[in-house]
Order: sequence, then C-alpha cells, then structure tokens
Amino acid sequence: MMQFVITLPWAILLILFPLTGAIISFLWPTQSNKVGLVTVSFVLISVTFLAFSIIEHGVYHHAIGGWGSPLGIDLYADGLSLLMLLMTALVGLGVSVYATGYFSAEQSPRFWPLWLFVIAALNALFLSADIFNYYVTLELIGLAAVSLTAFGKSREAYSAAMRYLLATLLGSLLYLLGVVLLYHGFGSVDIATLSERCESTPILWAALTLISAGLLLKTALFPLHFWLPSAHASAPAPVSAILSALIVKSSFYIFLRLWLTIFGPLSEGAVENMFGLLGAIAVLWGSFQALRQTRLKLLIAYSTVAQIGYLFLAFSLAMSGAVVAWNAVVYLAFTHALAKSAMFLVSGNILYFGGHDRIMNLDRIAQHLPITTTAFALAGVSIIGLPPSGGFIGKWFLLEAALVQEQWGFVAILLIGSLLTAAYIFKVVSHAFTQSSLPHDSRPIPAHMEWAALLLAFAAILLGFFSSSILSVVGIGYPFELNGVKP
Amino acid sequence: MLFMYALTGVGLFFIGLYTLIIHVNLLRKILALNIMGCGVFLVLISLAMRSGYSSPDPVPHAMVITGIVVTVSATALALVLMLKVLEMTGKAELYDEEEV
Repeated sequence: MMQFVITLPWAILLILFPLTGAIISFLWPTQSNKVGLVTVSFVLISVTFLAFSIIEHGVYHHAIGGWGSPLGIDLYADGLSLLMLLMTALVGLGVSVYATGYFSAEQSPRFWPLWLFVIAALNALFLSADIFNYYVTLELIGLAAVSLTAFGKSREAYSAAMRYLLATLLGSLLYLLGVVLLYHGFGSVDIATLSERCESTPILWAALTLISAGLLLKTALFPLHFWLPSAHASAPAPVSAILSALIVKSSFYIFLRLWLTIFGPLSEGAVENMFGLLGAIAVLWGSFQALRQTRLKLLIAYSTVAQIGYLFLAFSLAMSGAVVAWNAVVYLAFTHALAKSAMFLVSGNILYFGGHDRIMNLDRIAQHLPITTTAFALAGVSIIGLPPSGGFIGKWFLLEAALVQEQWGFVAILLIGSLLTAAYIFKVVSHAFTQSSLPHDSRPIPAHMEWAALLLAFAAILLGFFSSSILSVVGIGYPFELNGVKP
Repeated sequence: MLFMYALTGVGLFFIGLYTLIIHVNLLRKILALNIMGCGVFLVLISLAMRSGYSSPDPVPHAMVITGIVVTVSATALALVLMLKVLEMTGKAELYDEEEV
C-alpha cells in the first residue's frame, strides 16, 4: 500500500492541486477560506510523499506527456528542489492559516486565487529543469505577486506594486534575452544538456551577464533592492510574508542552479567575488537601514535586504571552494523563510491589534499579546543567529567557510552584521515591553493568527536541531557538485 | 541578412532600456518595456534560422508565442495599476513617500 502511494506522481500533483484550488476558490468565493486551507494541506502532504519517494528512490524525473527533452517539458527534483518545495509548503500552511483570520469576508475571495496561483507557480519553478520554464514560472510568480502587493488599495500600495512590476518585468526581460543567447549558442534550454555543451565563449558571457543581472534585480541584491522595502512593507502582512519568505528565494534558487550547473564550472572566480562583495555591502546597508526605521514593517523589509546579502556572501565563499558554505546557503535560505514569515505575521498581529506599527509606541503588546511577542523574539533569535536556532547553524557554517578561506574581511562583516541585527531586533523587543504614555484602542485578535506566527518562528528554531539529517536529504542528487573540478 | 534582424532586436532592447530608465511617466515606462520585449522576440525569431540547416528551428517560435502571451498579461496588469496610481495621486508617476 505504502509503496503504491509513494509511486503516485506527487510532483505533478504539487502543481495541479494549487492550480485547481485557485480556480475553485475563484468560482466559489463564499467557501474560499476552506478551499484554500484544504489545498495547502494537500500541498504539504504531496511534498511529504515526494520526499519519501526521493529519499527511497533518489532523484525524481518525469517527462510530461511522455515527451522528454529536447521537445517536451521535464520535471526534475533533487534534494535542493525538495528543500525549496518543503519551505514553500511549510510557510504556505502557516500563512494560509493566518490569512483566514486576517482577511475580511470581502477580501478573502480575492486573496486566495492569487495566493494559490503563487504556490502553483513556485512549485512549478522548483520542479523545472529548463531555463525557459524558469522564465515562464518567474513571470507567473511575478504577476500574481504584484497583484497581491496592490491588495492594500492605498496610493502607497499601488505605487509600490507599480514599482515592483516594472522591476520584475525588467528582470524577466534581461533573463529572457540571456536565455535566447544560450539557446542560440548551445541549441538547448535543458539545464543538463546545457551543462554538457556550454563552453567559455563571448555568447556565454553575455548570457551570464544578462541572466545574472535579471535574477539579482528580482532577488533584490544591493544595489538592486530599491523596489523591495516599499513593496514588502505596504502589502498586507500575509502577503509581505509570502514576498519576503518565498518569492525572493525563487529567483535566488534559479541563480544558484544556473551557476552550479552552467556558469560556475567555467568561471574564473572574479564574478563570484563581486557577488560576495555586493552581499557584504547588502548585509551592512540593510541592517543599518533596518536600525534606522521607525515603522516595524519597514524594519523587517530592510532586514530582508540584509539577509539576502548573507545568501550571496555564502554563495561566493562556496564558489571559491569552501564546500561547507553550501550548507550555509541552504540553512540561511530555509530558516530565513520561516523566521521572516513569522516576523511579518507578528507585524500583522500588531497592526490588527493596535492599528499601527510605529516601533516607538509598541507598548502593552507584551502584556496583551504574549504569544505574538514570543513569536517575534524566537524569530529574532533565528535571524540574529543565536544558538540553538537554524539561523545559528547557517551563520556557523558561513563563519567556518570564511575562516577556512582566511577571508578576514568577511569574518568582520559577519560579526558586525550580527551585532547590527541584534540591535534592531532588541530595539523592537524593548519597545514592546516599555510603558507608553499614550493609551490606545485595540481590538481582539483571533488565537490562530498568533499561533501561526509562533509555530513558524518555533520551526525556525527547531531546524537547528536537525541539521545533519536535513543536510543529508539536501545532498540527494548532488546538487552542489560542480561539473568542473575545483580546488 | 538574418543577423541584421538580430542586431535590430538588440538595438530595440537597449532603446527600451534607456527609455525605461530616463522617463518618469508610467505609460512611457510600460511602452519601453513592451519595446524591450519586442526586441527580445525579434532576436529569438531571427536566430531560429541556424547555419547548416535548411528549415528554421520551430522551438524559438513556440517560445515567442509564450512570451507574447506573458507580455500581453503583464501589460494589462501594468496599465490597470497605472490607472489606479493616476486615480490616487493625480499623475501617472511613481509616488515617493520621502518627497512628501
């Protein structure tokens, strides 16, 4: 029985469930909350079974409709894809439970179809095996995400959505032109085929520049992060959580994949060092800006800019030979998704409860919303990288890689970054405990909204205890082995 | 000859990019993105005829069709958002919080 269940095509269901759910919730608006919750539960179940199947049988391969590459579309899942799918499903469930309380009966029928489309597109992206499919799924994610950003219906929200749309379309077009050049130069869009055929030619380097620029714009690496803070801060809390936790990771995942399979083996190292440098500046700049903010949501959004910097720092160390830094990439990406979504949900709770998110006036929250305050503190522990959280494991691997490589500049940046992070987290926590002079109105908050935030934050801590088993699963299919031998 | 079309496509791409960056008006920005898209599609189609083959490669054509569908949807969304921004702020430009 179990064997039969595992052999079902879970990867395809991962795309079909949310797609169907989106259409049903659109056609049946009165039941959209229920339809949405059932759908995300199915998604989590599908990921679990896909995980069983991958652990048992190794890398997953499926040619849709029996047409393999080069003509048809292939689905592919190794340990890295599985991790991203799992991240999407876990964050997705938390955000969905939260959204049933956050959105009014009038808003939820508009939220669910878009959100379920985002899940479908994310899952499709993580399962894709060709660079053109990446383009299509990126656009699907982008359009749904922009519509979600405009959900607030204020002039800030519309303007932020518009800026986000222009940035994401520009990113996609740069990426697409790169894809075109790769296809012209090497006659395939299939990643596996490209990794065999690609050679160091001018076309490859032009494609690399265009593709990397497009993806960095979408991932919001400094200095291309200009669109992120306004978009992430002016969206409703569940949407901010989705944008910060999942959507920036989707373009980062493509970036990682393409560098691992196509560009990395051919590169001399100078470009990767530049990404590392940009990452380092992003860590400092993002943390510094976060510290300066007076509104909680903007603080969390700038913290995302800094955390993206860590990902690229780890990427650059890993590419220059410190294999342990790949563990840092994996861990930082996964724990950031959980902790950051928890933080945005907390900011939503505070807005819902007190009607504002000014950090100065976060009084009485610790007394009135103890679960929410705990959730913020736990998520903060993981973002700062204190033991025993998942964030600590990620930072530890990163520090180890920097020390092994004797990159003392990066070591210094890691320490300064952690200090700044601790400073802005404690800034919020201390204001939550102090007594404010102005009493203000508040409205009661549904319990499951508080628990959703707490459980996500708790999951980020829990990740710290399972590092060896998680990393062994991520290693299935050797996603981090570069084709060319590197010292 | 076909190479000329590809070069034209690259030219269109960069004209669009330039316009996107220097103009403030949102309609101009949206049109600039459309021009960039057309540039990419032109490159894609003109490079489909590879040297050594008698007939053009059909795969880029399928890609261009997909790309056109995406561009139409994106443009529609962009235009709606632009109208909303216009409605809220009175001008079709990005609203900057720090200016206020």
